[in-house]
Amino acid sequence: MNHRIGVLGAGVMGAAIATLAIGHGVPVVLVDVDDETLAKARKEVRQQLKLARLMGKLPRTGEAELVTTTDYADLADVTSVIEAVTEKPELKAKVLAEVSGVVKPGTVIVSNTSAIPVDEMADSVARPEDLCAIHFMNPPYLIRAVEVIRGPRTGDETMSKVTDLLAALDRDGVVVGDGPGFVINRILQRSINEAARIVEEGRATPEAVDAAFEGCLGHRTGPLATADLIGLDNVVDSLRVLHERTGDRGYEPCDLLVAKVAAGDFGRKTGRGFYEHGGAL
Amino acid sequence: MTTSVNHAAEIERQLLGFVEKHTKKTWTPDDDFFAAGAVSSMFAMQLVVFIESTFDVEVSGDDLVIDNFRTVGAMTSLVSRLRGE
Repeated sequence: MNHRIGVLGAGVMGAAIATLAIGHGVPVVLVDVDDETLAKARKEVRQQLKLARLMGKLPRTGEAELVTTTDYADLADVTSVIEAVTEKPELKAKVLAEVSGVVKPGTVIVSNTSAIPVDEMADSVARPEDLCAIHFMNPPYLIRAVEVIRGPRTGDETMSKVTDLLAALDRDGVVVGDGPGFVINRILQRSINEAARIVEEGRATPEAVDAAFEGCLGHRTGPLATADLIGLDNVVDSLRVLHERTGDRGYEPCDLLVAKVAAGDFGRKTGRGFYEHGGAL
Repeated sequence: MTTSVNHAAEIERQLLGFVEKHTKKTWTPDDDFFAAGAVSSMFAMQLVVFIESTFDVEVSGDDLVIDNFRTVGAMTSLVSRLRGE
């Protein structure tokens, strides 16, 4: 099958998913609301292609075409759509409804949500059987494994097309069931929140928290360095999604996380979060 | 772009300055900062961006291998070659 992917949202994940796809020879139509964001994304994709090739994670030559556009109508002939807009349920619902009205029936619609249940988003699309979620890790062009979420209304045909798509992108899918946060973020976001709360209480520095997880438990990256990589804005959004849907106070974003986001310190992408980062990438 | 940038010694000086600023450590042109564990893989990309913007070259294709960025000496050779010097 000749894939052609529409990517909605040209932020950190959208741009990086575009890199992954064109780097594997799969053409991409990248959609966002303004030209400035798209121009920035084009530049990022070019740099990320170099990074991935430098790391030996993408074929060294032969990328597919990247089209950037502000017009949903340009998605009419894609074979699948990956939604990667901000982790706000209302925004995702709006974007998914819009794209569902543009693409042909049978076009797979994938949400790259961190935590919103597939079945909740399925209410926004015309054909719930065409919808599933793929939780790509950041950066998706360096990390092979992805969490694939099958909602209760996701069709068999959609799952088989997703398998085919992941093969074209050279990714390994781990299929799990639906629910707030799925597997990874149900556990990870709570850990990040708790780690931030420990720092807030003055019990340990971010360095000490991460050193304990890395040195003692053998984690490659501690929870707070991971949070900086994800983006603290996304962490807070995901925690709110989890808190609202589970009522579990362990997911209520702690004051320190909320304060950092309010101050514009989102982590690696802004140059500062729990740590200082030399040069935003 | 000043004419002094054309010389390997000046390229090396600028690269050492960049690496030392970002790692907060002193290096010789032969030190492998990736092997030393001093930097993450993301740093390789910052090196590519720095090299392309500072020396007005494009690093692509077969030159995009980590061995070209392990040491200041290797990067200096790469820049000199790409500039046709």
